[in-house]
Amino acid sequence: MDYLLQQLLNGIQLGTVYALIALGYTMVYGIIRLINFAHADIFMIGVYTSFFTATWKKIPFPVVIIISMAVCAALGVLMELLAYRPLRHKPRLSALITALGVSLFLENFAALPFIFGPEYRNFPELIRMKRYVLWEAHDLAVSNIFLLNLGIVAVLLLGLFYLIHKTMIGKQMRAVSYDKVTASLLGIHVDRVVSFTFLLGGALAGASGMLYGLTYRSIQSPYLGIWPGWKAFIAAVIGGIGSIPGAVLGSYLMGISEVYANSIDSTLGFGMAFVILIIVLIVRPRGLLGEKIQEKI
Amino acid sequence: MSKRTIVTFVMLLLVIGCGKNQQAEIKIGGIFPLTGSAATFGKSSQQGMQMAVDAFNAEGGILIDGQKKLVKAVFDDTEGKPEQATNVCRKQIDQDGVVAIVGAVMSKNSLAIAPIAQGKQIPMISSASTNPEVTQKGDYIFRVCFIDPFQGTVMADYAVKNLQVQRAAILYDNGNDYNKGLANFFEQRFRELGGTIVAKEAFTDEDKTVDFRAQLTNIKAAQPEFLYLPNYYTASATILVQARELGLNVPAGGGDGWDSPKLVEIGGEAVEGGVFSNHFSREEPREKVQNFIQQYQQRYGTEPDALASLAYDAAYVMLLAIKQAKSTDGAKIRDQLKDIDLQGVTGNISFDEERNPIKSAAILQIQNGQQKYLTTIYPE
Repeated sequence: MDYLLQQLLNGIQLGTVYALIALGYTMVYGIIRLINFAHADIFMIGVYTSFFTATWKKIPFPVVIIISMAVCAALGVLMELLAYRPLRHKPRLSALITALGVSLFLENFAALPFIFGPEYRNFPELIRMKRYVLWEAHDLAVSNIFLLNLGIVAVLLLGLFYLIHKTMIGKQMRAVSYDKVTASLLGIHVDRVVSFTFLLGGALAGASGMLYGLTYRSIQSPYLGIWPGWKAFIAAVIGGIGSIPGAVLGSYLMGISEVYANSIDSTLGFGMAFVILIIVLIVRPRGLLGEKIQEKI
Repeated sequence: MSKRTIVTFVMLLLVIGCGKNQQAEIKIGGIFPLTGSAATFGKSSQQGMQMAVDAFNAEGGILIDGQKKLVKAVFDDTEGKPEQATNVCRKQIDQDGVVAIVGAVMSKNSLAIAPIAQGKQIPMISSASTNPEVTQKGDYIFRVCFIDPFQGTVMADYAVKNLQVQRAAILYDNGNDYNKGLANFFEQRFRELGGTIVAKEAFTDEDKTVDFRAQLTNIKAAQPEFLYLPNYYTASATILVQARELGLNVPAGGGDGWDSPKLVEIGGEAVEGGVFSNHFSREEPREKVQNFIQQYQQRYGTEPDALASLAYDAAYVMLLAIKQAKSTDGAKIRDQLKDIDLQGVTGNISFDEERNPIKSAAILQIQNGQQKYLTTIYPE
């Protein structure tokens, strides 16, 4: 049973990828009650952006992640401006369907031969993999990439919490999330807050794309965002959509249970997400942390 | 005559008219995964097939009913998906009017299109689908590659006899008939030879799966001496990278799905030393092989892989059968195919009663990022 601990680490690694994507879903939902299905495709653009910057002139890793975050943040803002803002005061269903449309557009546009093309690419080895044995007797080991993943996620999460709880724009976000109309009556520029939310979500997806490439070293096709996207979305729902700690908790829960399910029987992993989702929706429909958090962002 | 009869009659005339026009050239279909996780296979196959078609056109075409006709290849993309394969297969038969089909590459796609070709009595020859069931779909279905039992058996033989291992683990895609076939036959033969399969783990759909750590951690705990990965190059390379990351450093082996430069590109050092069974080796000194390599290189600027050679052979065999039948009639082509005996690039090609070729397999190893020929294994 030694390997159960190693599986836990594997699960944490997977959960990290989901967490960064899930945050984007949950923040946008918290502010404008929209499930931004195209978010998974921003993540995909993040993977490709890091791929192109990393292969082009051997740019070092920290610069790649910043470029990827910047491109994805810009794309998030642009997407909101072009696709969602015109529908702000229309029924929510219109925006939801538009989100699906944007998602399909991004995937198929990226798959065009003269954009990214549909073929498989492999991500360059930006950081040489090293393996650190933690516990010799139990054969427990982590890689430097895993530690880097955890480090970056920790920094980004701390930054996000600081931003939301300690800065003016964060306060505005919480206000808009709480009550959009009152917030605007009090002089908060709602559109700008919404744009900023998309910017944050995009940047996180960009970072996630970079880490995905670094960890799995493979870019299957422009459709690669679909499954991580769905799972991250489910993770956000499990944690209580709109709640930031919930999204993180849900993601790690998903990642770890997927890995354990896989280790019991390799074919269970994919279905595990849905089993957890169904159980959570029955027992606690608002998600694990859906109620406790007062300000939903 | 009622209005309806007239309309029917006119439409019938139109159909006959169109049919006549289409016969200006012989169309044969090529159904390959031009995009997706096995895209290099599709591209190689397309190029190989085109070379065979051009070889016949260089002689002025094929004599059909006393009239020389040029051959035209119609290529369509399966994207590696059975549903797409059936779509393009129907399209080629119903709209393009192909008289024969070369393809598909992946077994799951060939299994999907074989019943269609059989139903329409269009001869089909798969270039690289190694699952035994493919040609069992009917008497119009042939192939030029060896079948899974042979590949799985060969690798089990090699592992036990040459590598002297007793404990093997398997990690395969259980959503694909090719991977499943190889895995099962490897397991069966490995046991027969006195070995133990210490772990048999699976994943679903190599296009979607990128994280194999859970399965690999299980495998590592079972302490195998050999890791059999009968998957396509993308998954196999990714698996090996993650295996090395987890400290699982045993030798690995696979099937012809490994035969792509991308394997080394993705896997790097992790795939070094890996062995796999294949249809042919570029290092084979036979004249036919070396000529083909030279021509292919001149034309496309790269060396042909097994997939290109197989598609060349498959298309060549099909066109030869059409030439000998002097007809584009499905049944006549089929009868000619049964009697084919040809020295191909990938070995001697003649068919047994199951319409499978009787061939040998080469064992290759990745050394310094290059494929090196180790040995040839003949069927028992």
